[in-house]
Amino acid sequence: MTRILPEIAATALVIFSRFITAARAIWLGCAPENRRRVYFANHTSNGDFVLVWAVLPHRLRQKTRPVAASDYWLKSRLRAFIGQQVFRAVLINRIPEERTEDPVTQMAQALDAGDSLILFPEGRRNTGEDLLLPFKSGLYHLARMRPEVDLVPVWIENLNRVLPKGEVIPIPLICTVTFGAALHLAGGETKDAFLGRAAAALRALAATTERPRA
Amino acid sequence: MIAGTSAADLALLVGGLLAVLLAATGIGRMLQARYSPDGSNAVVENLNDRIRSWWIMVVLMGTALIGGHAGVTLLFAFCSFAALREVMTLQDIRRSDHWALLAAFFVALPAQYVLIYTEWYGLYSILIPVYAFLLIPIIAVLRGDTEGFLMRVAGVQWALMICVYCISHVPALLSLDIPGYEGRSVMLIAFLILVVQTSDVAQYVWGKLLGRTRISPDVSPSKTLEGLIGGALSAILIGVALSWITPFTPWQAGLLSFVIVMLGFLGGLVMSAIKRDRGVKDWGHLIAGHGGMTDRLDSVIFAAPIFFHLVRYGWSLT
Repeated sequence: MTRILPEIAATALVIFSRFITAARAIWLGCAPENRRRVYFANHTSNGDFVLVWAVLPHRLRQKTRPVAASDYWLKSRLRAFIGQQVFRAVLINRIPEERTEDPVTQMAQALDAGDSLILFPEGRRNTGEDLLLPFKSGLYHLARMRPEVDLVPVWIENLNRVLPKGEVIPIPLICTVTFGAALHLAGGETKDAFLGRAAAALRALAATTERPRA
Repeated sequence: MIAGTSAADLALLVGGLLAVLLAATGIGRMLQARYSPDGSNAVVENLNDRIRSWWIMVVLMGTALIGGHAGVTLLFAFCSFAALREVMTLQDIRRSDHWALLAAFFVALPAQYVLIYTEWYGLYSILIPVYAFLLIPIIAVLRGDTEGFLMRVAGVQWALMICVYCISHVPALLSLDIPGYEGRSVMLIAFLILVVQTSDVAQYVWGKLLGRTRISPDVSPSKTLEGLIGGALSAILIGVALSWITPFTPWQAGLLSFVIVMLGFLGGLVMSAIKRDRGVKDWGHLIAGHGGMTDRLDSVIFAAPIFFHLVRYGWSLT
């Protein structure tokens, strides 16, 4: 019974985001399979993980949880409902001094429970001209803690134009979500080398998306 | 809803279309078994994709026509929405365009279709060319960003004219009041759409069979003179054969079909030029085998307003 309301809300959000963005998944480097994955994506808009979530097949969506900031998602009761009940987000505290739990351990626990994760390694929304911000180290620590899990790069195209920072109502524009080939931590790979490789994989994916000439 | 004779005609028409689709599906399957059993022949696969999409389009169109005034208006409002979404996606949009685009999508588009539904000809004919034309740049300038201003504003205005104003003239046909043709104006929509789409399909087929002389290699390499002539003749024949569902004599139906075909062809060329400029092949991916909504409707877009006005001045009392 308690899952009915969140299920309805989730379906409504998926339909709404499809209506606005006609979102399309492009599976370039992997197939939509039911296995434990960490989807790591570029982050330009608050709607980012809704979009990744919306293009996943229903079965995968039920087992995929976004990693999100608790300071944002626990601010009001509505947000807490959406974050915890609808998306089942793994809520992590961005302020190290206030933490009671280690974020990477929280993510590993979710993976151990059989779920996949959506992670934004830039750590905050990118509103500048650069394609990506420098990655935070969480992705590396997670890769070291759970080396068998697939790390799938995901490029979200156009959502920054649909809902720019500071705007409330989205404008309808077509978005694509491109899934690349899975990465794993190589033996003896340093943190900087690994994060560089992950960012390069995401940049390479960005270069494959069809976009109009400027 | 629709009157009795019209319902019978409609049933006949939809039945005929379904028969054509069944035949096309059969031929598509045969071609697939013969030339592309492993899905390797791109032309055959694309043909079958197109036929599958045609099923969906015919069912949607049939349902809308049965739904009468409200059904048709809603269907084309959605077509406008999807087309506007595609056309705006290909433009250079800045953050400062956000309000102007919100106005285009959530004010101008619904307002246009409400006016079409309430048959307020005096206002829906000028809502976008006058009011939206003036208000969009006003909204844009209030955000204070002058970079590329004319290009950005013109892009929104153009997209509104093409995707909303022109497409809305298809359901506008329902508001025409033609003596002796009461309650049957949905058939005008069926006539327009069938002539345009026959022309598109026949141009494609004739072009593939006989096409040699390219008309405009720099804009649209697949358009050939042979395709155009074959397509136009086929569509005019269909138009004449369909004159029984219209208020036109066979001659008039043929001439109107000619106008529709030429506008559709030239409109397709214009829309291709824009795609070339933006460096994309299709407007979108909404309809398998056809590209986006705008790819499917580009010929209707240019033919609809002119067809509407010709019929209005020539036959309608309103």
